[in-house]
Amino acid sequence: MFDLGDKKIDFMKLRKWALLFSATLIALSILGMVLKGFNFGIDFTGGTVIEVSYKKPVALNEVRDVLRQGGFDKAVVQHFGSATDVLIRIQPREGMTSAQVSNQVLELLKKHHPDVELRRVEYVGPQVGDELSEDGVLAVLYALIGILIYVALRFEFRFALGSIAALVHDVIITLGVFAWTQAQFDLTVLAAVLAVIGYSLNDTIVVFDRIRENFRILRDKTPEEVMNISINQTLSRTIMTSLTTLLVVFALYFLGGEIIHNFALALIVGIGVGTYSSIYVASALALILGVSKEDLMAPPKDEVDREALEKEMQQAFLEAEAQRNRS
Amino acid sequence: MFQTNTQTIANRYPLWKYVLIALVILVSTLYALPNLFGEDPAVQVQPAKMVSFDQKVVNEIEQALQQAGLKPRKVEFDGKQLLIRFDNPEDQLKAKSVIKKLIDRKAVVALNLAPSTPAWLEAIGAKPMYLGLDLRGGVHFLLDVDMEAAVEKAYRRFGEEIRTLLRENRVRYGMIKGEKDRLVVGFRNAADAEKAKALILEQYGEDLQLDEKASDSLHLVFRLTPKTLKATKDYALKQNITTLRNRINELGVAEPIVQQQGDRRIVVQLPGVQDTARAKEILGATATLEFRLVDERHDPEQAVRTGRVPPGSRLYHFRDGRPILLKDRVIVSGENVINAQSGLEQQTGTPMVSVTLDAAGGRKMLATTKKNVGKRMAVVYIENKVETVVGPDGRKIKKRSVNKDVINAAVIRDQFANRFQITGLDSPQEAQNLALLLRAGALAAPMEIVEERTIGPSLGADNIKQGFMSVVVGFLLVLVFMVWRYKVFGVIADIALALNLIIIVAVLSLLQATLTLPGIAGIVLTVGMAVDANVLIYERIKEELRNGQSIQTAIHAGYEKAFMTIADANITTLLAAIVLFSFGTGPIKGFAVTLSIGIVTSMFTAIMVTRAIVNWLYGGKRVEKLSI
Repeated sequence: MFDLGDKKIDFMKLRKWALLFSATLIALSILGMVLKGFNFGIDFTGGTVIEVSYKKPVALNEVRDVLRQGGFDKAVVQHFGSATDVLIRIQPREGMTSAQVSNQVLELLKKHHPDVELRRVEYVGPQVGDELSEDGVLAVLYALIGILIYVALRFEFRFALGSIAALVHDVIITLGVFAWTQAQFDLTVLAAVLAVIGYSLNDTIVVFDRIRENFRILRDKTPEEVMNISINQTLSRTIMTSLTTLLVVFALYFLGGEIIHNFALALIVGIGVGTYSSIYVASALALILGVSKEDLMAPPKDEVDREALEKEMQQAFLEAEAQRNRS
Repeated sequence: MFQTNTQTIANRYPLWKYVLIALVILVSTLYALPNLFGEDPAVQVQPAKMVSFDQKVVNEIEQALQQAGLKPRKVEFDGKQLLIRFDNPEDQLKAKSVIKKLIDRKAVVALNLAPSTPAWLEAIGAKPMYLGLDLRGGVHFLLDVDMEAAVEKAYRRFGEEIRTLLRENRVRYGMIKGEKDRLVVGFRNAADAEKAKALILEQYGEDLQLDEKASDSLHLVFRLTPKTLKATKDYALKQNITTLRNRINELGVAEPIVQQQGDRRIVVQLPGVQDTARAKEILGATATLEFRLVDERHDPEQAVRTGRVPPGSRLYHFRDGRPILLKDRVIVSGENVINAQSGLEQQTGTPMVSVTLDAAGGRKMLATTKKNVGKRMAVVYIENKVETVVGPDGRKIKKRSVNKDVINAAVIRDQFANRFQITGLDSPQEAQNLALLLRAGALAAPMEIVEERTIGPSLGADNIKQGFMSVVVGFLLVLVFMVWRYKVFGVIADIALALNLIIIVAVLSLLQATLTLPGIAGIVLTVGMAVDANVLIYERIKEELRNGQSIQTAIHAGYEKAFMTIADANITTLLAAIVLFSFGTGPIKGFAVTLSIGIVTSMFTAIMVTRAIVNWLYGGKRVEKLSI
C-alpha cells in the first residue's frame, strides 16, 4: 500500500506552504488560548469533584435543584460518560473542609435518590493546586531543555533548534485543540503532553539520523536534495509507527473509560501533529537555519576516530562470523 | 559503508544468546504468573501493640467461626498475624464481626483481598502486581501539618518551663509570652533581666538563643536554635504519623500506608475502605479533652456582660451557649489518657465515654479531687481546625480556628484517680469518635486535608476492566497490522511484542511498583511504540533489498543500521518519562514507570528476540525470498 521507498515526493519544495500552514495553526492555537483559555481540572484550580452513579438515567436538572436547595448554588453538574453517571464539580468553599463538602453532597443526593452510589471524590486544596501547576510547567521546561542538550550533543546545534521548534509546535497545537474544544485539562493531559514531546522527538530523530547518514554518503547532492531523499526513505517507517501508535491510542480513547479520555485525546492530537512536524517543521527549519554539508562532513576528531573504530569492529565481527561458519 | 560478500554473513546467534533469551522468558513467565490467580475475600487479624498471638488464640478463633457456622477456606498463621480466607464476601463480613467480638481490642481486624498465589510461586517471591487505589478502590489523603502551630506550641512550652525556672531561682519577672516565632520575657529592672538571661541560657542554651536586636534592658527575646526548630518540626510530623497510624488501626484497614512526604506533609492511603465519610472524619479530627475546675466564686453572666474575666480564670461556653468560668490551670488533658471506651450510661441511657488515665494523670486527678469534693469539674472538648482559603485578592490564607466547648461540668462527689466517666455528649457516634481519638493519642499539631482522592470499589473494578480491554484491543490491532504489513516478519515482531507484555508485567510484579490507570495507559502506549523498533529494522531491510543487497546482507544491515537510530529515539522518550517521574504525583508516576519499563524491555524484545528468531529461521540458509 504505502511502499513509498521508490517514490520521490518533493517535500522541501512545499516547505514554504508547510511553514505557512504551521504558522496558521499556531496562530489559531494561541488565539484559542487567549480567547477561550483552558478548562482546567481541579488538579490545577483546586476544588472538589464528586462522581456518582445511579441505577437509572437521571435528569441533571433534578440533581442541580437538589444541590441548590442544599446550598451548593455554584455546583457544576454534568453527565460523565453515560446518562446514569453524574459528575459534580464544586469550587473551594470557606468554612467547610473537603470532607464535609463531599459528605454533605452525598447525603443530599441520597435523600433525593436512595440508590445513588459514590464512584469517586477528588479534592485538591488551593495550595496543592498551585504546586501542581508550578511543577507541571517546570516539567515541560526541563523536558525541553534536557532534549535540547541531548540532540545538540548527538547531532548539531541547528538540528537541536529544529527539533525543539518542532516540539514547541506540537505542544502549542495540542494545547490549542484543548483550548478550542474546552476539553478538560488535568494532570493526565499534562502527562500526555510530555509523552507527546518524547514521541514527536522520537520521530524527528529518526529523520535526522537519516539526514546525517545521507549527508555523508550523497556528497554531490544539495542539502535540499539530501533532506528530500532522507524524508522519503524514512516516510513509510514514519507512517507505520504513527499508525500503530494511533491504533492503540484510539483503543484507549474508546475503551479506556472517561477518566483517561482527555489523556488519549491529547495523545491523538499530539501524535498526529508530531508526525507532520517531524517531516516538515524540524527539517525545514534546520534547512532555513543553514545546515550544510560542512557541518556534518567535518565531524570533530573523536567522531572520526569512533567511526574508524566502528568499522574495524565490524570487520572483526564479520571475520569471526565467517570463521565460525566454516568450522 | 563496508562491502562484503554473501558467504561471510551468516546471521547466526551464539548459543548463549538463545540460552539467555530462554532464561528471560522462563523467569518473566514465572513472575508474571501470580497475576492470573484471583483474590480471595479474607479477614486479616493483626495483634495490637504489646500483644502476641499463639496457636491457642488461633484455635479459639477457629472455634468461634465454626460455632457461627462459617467455613473458612484456609486459615494462615505466620506466627505473628492471622489471615483467614473465605469463599465469598458475605462469609467474610460475618466472620469479621464474629472475630471482632471475640478478641475485641487485642487486635486489628480488617477486611482484605488476599491474592491466591499458589505456595510454590510464593516461595520464589512471586507476587501479583500492586494495584493503585484507582484500580482497587480506596482513599488517598494528603495532610498538611500546621508547623507554625507546632512551633508556637514549643515557644509556649518553653515559656512555662522558664516560668518555673525563674520562680525556683527567685528571679522576679513581669510577663512571659510564647508567640508564633519568639518567646518574650519581661522584667521590672535590668538586674533581674541580666540574672535571668544567664540562668535561661545556662539551662536552655541548646534550644534557645537570645535575639540581641529585638531585646532591650527590660525584655529578653528568645528564638529557637535552628537545630531545635528542626527537631520540633520533625517531632510534630513523627508524632502525627504515629497518631494517624493508631487511628487507622482503630478503623481496621488492611495494608494502610502512612508516609511522610516532604518536610510537612503526610500521605495516607487506605485501600478498600468502604465508609470513606467516617475515615475522613477520624483522620482529619483533632479533638482532645481538658479537665478543669470550675471557678465557683465569680458569676459567668457578669463576665460576659462586662467583658472582664477575673484573673486566674477563663471564660468558656457550654454547647447550648451558656457561659461558664473555669480555672486557668489544666488538671489533666487528653495526653494523659491511656484508654477510653464509649458506651451508654446505665441509669440515664445517655452516651458516655469511660476514661482511664496514666499514672501521672491519675496522681494529679486524685490530688485535685481530694481537695475539691463538692465542687464542680468541667470537661472541655477542644477541636483545632486549620484550613486554607482563597482570599478576595486571590492570595491563599491559612485560617486557624479553635473550638472549645464545655461538654459537662459535674459535681465531684468523691475523690477519684485514674478511672472515671464523661457524659454530656451529643450522640453515641460522638462518644465513639471521642473514645477512638483519645485512645489513638493526641496530635502534636493540627492537620489539614489538602488533597483527597477517593475511588469507590465499583469504579476501581470498572477501571481495571476498561484498562484491560484497551490493552487487549490495542495489542490485537497492532498484531494484525504488523502481520498484514510484514507477513512472516510481522509474526516475529508479534511474538516479541507478546513477550514484551509478559516481561513488563513480570517487572512490575517483581518491583511491586504501583500499577495505576495511567500506568495501564502507559502499557498501552508502549505496545504501540514498541513495534517502532521492528518497523525501523524491517523498513531498512526492505530498503537494502531494493538496493540489490543479498538477503543475508540485507538482514544484517537492517539490524545494524537501525540500532543507533532505535537507541537514540528511545533515549529521548526515556528522558521525557524520567522528567515525568520526578515531577509527577501518584497516578502520573505510574504512567512514567510503565512507560520507562516498557521502553527498556522493548529494546530487548524488539531487537534481540526478533533477531534470534530471524537468525534461527533464515540464518545461514539459502533463502530465495524474504516474506517481509
